[in-house]
Amino acid sequence: MGTVRRYGFVECDADTVWAFVGAPERLHEWFPITSCRVEGNKRWIVLAAGITFEEDIVTLDHDLRRFQYKIVNNPLITFHLGTVDVIPDGPNRCLLMYSTDMDPEVLALPIGGAAGVGIAKVKEMFDRK
Amino acid sequence: MGRKILFITTDQQRYDALGCNGGMIARTPTIDALSKNGITFDRAHPQNVVCMPSRSTMLTGQHVATHGVWMNGVPLPEDAPSIAADLRATGYATALIGKAHFEPLLDPFLRFTENRMGAHRSTNENPNDPHRGFDHMELATHGAAGALHYSQWIRDNHPEAVLNYYRVLDNELQVNAEGGGDTKAPQVHVNPIPTEWYHTEWVAQRTIAWLESLPADRDWFCWMSFPDPHHPWDPPASEMHRVRWQDLDLPENYIANSTTREAVLDDKLRHWRGWYDGTFVSNYEAPARWVPATLTQDQVREVNAYTHVENELIDEAIAKVMGAIESRGWGNDLDVLYTTDHGEFQGDFGLLFKGPYHVDSLMRLPLIWRPAPSANIAPARVSAPVGHVSLAATFAHIAGIAQPSYVEAPRLPIHQAEAEQLGHERVLTEWDSVLFGKIVHLRTICRDNWVCTAALDGTMSKAGEGELYDLAHDPLQHVNRWDDPSIRTLRDDLLADMWDNLPSQNLPLRSMDAPV
Repeated sequence: MGTVRRYGFVECDADTVWAFVGAPERLHEWFPITSCRVEGNKRWIVLAAGITFEEDIVTLDHDLRRFQYKIVNNPLITFHLGTVDVIPDGPNRCLLMYSTDMDPEVLALPIGGAAGVGIAKVKEMFDRK
Repeated sequence: MGRKILFITTDQQRYDALGCNGGMIARTPTIDALSKNGITFDRAHPQNVVCMPSRSTMLTGQHVATHGVWMNGVPLPEDAPSIAADLRATGYATALIGKAHFEPLLDPFLRFTENRMGAHRSTNENPNDPHRGFDHMELATHGAAGALHYSQWIRDNHPEAVLNYYRVLDNELQVNAEGGGDTKAPQVHVNPIPTEWYHTEWVAQRTIAWLESLPADRDWFCWMSFPDPHHPWDPPASEMHRVRWQDLDLPENYIANSTTREAVLDDKLRHWRGWYDGTFVSNYEAPARWVPATLTQDQVREVNAYTHVENELIDEAIAKVMGAIESRGWGNDLDVLYTTDHGEFQGDFGLLFKGPYHVDSLMRLPLIWRPAPSANIAPARVSAPVGHVSLAATFAHIAGIAQPSYVEAPRLPIHQAEAEQLGHERVLTEWDSVLFGKIVHLRTICRDNWVCTAALDGTMSKAGEGELYDLAHDPLQHVNRWDDPSIRTLRDDLLADMWDNLPSQNLPLRSMDAPV
């Protein structure tokens, strides 16, 4: 099992950050993908290399500020669970954390790298100067 | 006009691969001629024994601790120093053709410029500020997979040949353990591809094409980077008649008696035996599902035969490029530097591939500097320890520009006495791997004919453990003298010198964004 975790503190309140990253259809606005589409509890994302991932949205908990999804129907990926958490750290600061557990384990690394880019993008958008 | 620079690298090539370094099998007359007319370094080490960190050192002139590419999969920052950028700023045309690998290859998000340029069939995304200072990049890796230029070229022009190559990754994206050839050795594969479509020839032809695009009066720096003889071992099958594996002797450092071999391994840091037994896979450089203890003598012979053939093809490709350069009238002003990024076990100690093993198999490399004939520099052999960290300063010296402030070592010397004048007393090598919790950290110094490796705290070793080899009396590095009380002072002096001269590492380590 490959497991990776990326995180960053965002100088902004948790509700504001969650309203953005907790919207599954807005993933392409912060994650380095080319497009995404949501229908019900399904999401499809397209990577720059032309690969499409079909995903099941398994958790969208606005109280916990937690989003979880699984890549499904992919012959290569035998297990996947991705988790995005936004955790308050005072009234004007929060922790944005992205975790992925998957097999094949090596795929967790590029997904973790992309998450690092995504978290940096969220900081760029929401950090109060 | 100034001196032109052809920088030739191979990938995963041993010191003894070449005739000029005592190699007896592969015929390498072109490289041997560079040695005969140039400076041959007999104790050249990389600053890391895997590709990305080692290549980053070549480009930046910095130790791994400084440039921060501590393992394959850790990208070199886009704004890292680059000697190519400095040469370009002085008017040199610059190119890198073949294997770059400053950025991860497994890149489904196309985050990295090398892969993106290949996917978009671009050779320069930004002509005003080209990537890492190269006006022209045409890139390749070990086969037809991926986004790089060679892969696109062969898919576009010879799609029927794509599947001829060995499949580097298996269905679970692990480094493939599948064996082939006559002996089923891992990563050996009979490849029916015509020689003229093979990546070695492609690198040479693309280099020639770029050189032919330049005006006659232009100074240039060309990094020609062959992906071979790195595994997979799948050269064109039509060339395999050159070396019959059945005719080869076993390598000098293959220990035939398994009891003796395992005793030698047990005398080293514990991760050696862990890897040999298949219980500890520390990094992504070798098939995780292959157990080195199962390696047979015939498999060692066959891997070596394939490697020798690949080395001959490289030599012949270099000859073609040298001929093209001569025909342009540049020969008299041409400096050629030849090296590789790291070595390969090729059966030493009963092992293949590479990893956290700081011995000559992986660390002692071919390094040749054939100065421009117009510079009137006498041929020499230099035994002083030198490293890739000196390459950037050497390129600057050849181009007649000041040594960049970011480099961390003096240029290469032109003879033994100058090695001492320039301060080439030691060479340092680092290793860090933390792949999914399997942790190995090593720091190594080579000086005064000793190789001393200190382990830091990790999964199988702890600080205070290490390896110490006497190259003069134990050139095969079978006897670990780390705990020998009679040379404790020597060991402590070597360690003190290493810590005094190794740059401090920036922590935390930068993120690993891919396995390779």
